[in-house]
Amino acid sequence: MSSDWPLWEVFVRSKGGLAHRHVGSVHAPDAELALAHARDTYTRRMEGVSLWVVPSAEIVASDPEQAGELFEPAESKIYRHPTFYDIPDEVKHI
Amino acid sequence: MATVAVDPRTDYLLRLGDDALILGQRLSEWCGHGPVLEVDISLANLALDLVGQATLLLNEAAGDGDGDRLAFHRDVLDFRNCLLVEQPNGDFAQTIARHLLYTTWQHLLLQRLTESSDQFLREFAAKAVKEIAYHRELASDWTIRLGDGTEESARRMAEGLDWNWRFVPELFEVDETVELAISPGIAIEPRGLEADYRSAIDAVLKEAKLARPPDQRPILGGRRGHHSEHLGHILAAMQFLPRTYPDAKW
Repeated sequence: MSSDWPLWEVFVRSKGGLAHRHVGSVHAPDAELALAHARDTYTRRMEGVSLWVVPSAEIVASDPEQAGELFEPAESKIYRHPTFYDIPDEVKHI
Repeated sequence: MATVAVDPRTDYLLRLGDDALILGQRLSEWCGHGPVLEVDISLANLALDLVGQATLLLNEAAGDGDGDRLAFHRDVLDFRNCLLVEQPNGDFAQTIARHLLYTTWQHLLLQRLTESSDQFLREFAAKAVKEIAYHRELASDWTIRLGDGTEESARRMAEGLDWNWRFVPELFEVDETVELAISPGIAIEPRGLEADYRSAIDAVLKEAKLARPPDQRPILGGRRGHHSEHLGHILAAMQFLPRTYPDAKW
């Protein structure tokens, strides 16, 4: 029965101000029950204040076979990391 | 006459506490047997909410805070739960029907209980009403999906409602004991909830494209300890361990 139901990706916002993070997936027959299943599966220990569910079929993923051309060129571009600046002590949370 | 003679407030706490305990125990029977993993977890969550409510209510009813004594060391005749909550799980639809019929009533009751003259019940209701709002919502959602689903799911949902329907009038019964708890404002007059209850259930059934089951001869007695044969079996499973090993710790 579960395999007849579409899969939904679940995103949880752990507290106000933080972004929703992907935490896993659930099977459910429709959006409303997908939210209920996500609530019951992923927020039973006060993990979140907000939930998103997205039909897994709607996620567009990059092709693992293209990983070389997509991601490896970034490896040698060390100058793209902002590590060459001195951050003043007064600036917190970076 | 049951062996526990108690004052009206304690009796009212037992009624609510035993409802929560027995329904929680019933739902926990689904653990590991749910139709799908997500529903299994969902039913276990509902069971845990109810067992948590039972703990608060029975600890208060015990007087000395020892609700376990009430849960595990009373026999069938001393339990004050309504007959609806002890009904067998049946299939998933029958479990959902029972949960819809009970938690719709419980939700209306808890909303009123937040204004009880009794401080414990006010505080209890304020906590539990949020949990039960979700139970009612989930049970309504499933009733609608099963009723307005396939031919088989609609048939099973209708059968589940038929099974449980005759136990609904007991929820609105007022006997002498509850009357004594109503007059000082501790308990809620349940008959005042009946019109809201009927229209709430009707609204769900309409959306579920199901007919309201015909009213049958009501079956009463749970509040006075006259239970169906099911309760003894529930207690046998629930009470076996603490009765067999009274000093067990876990």
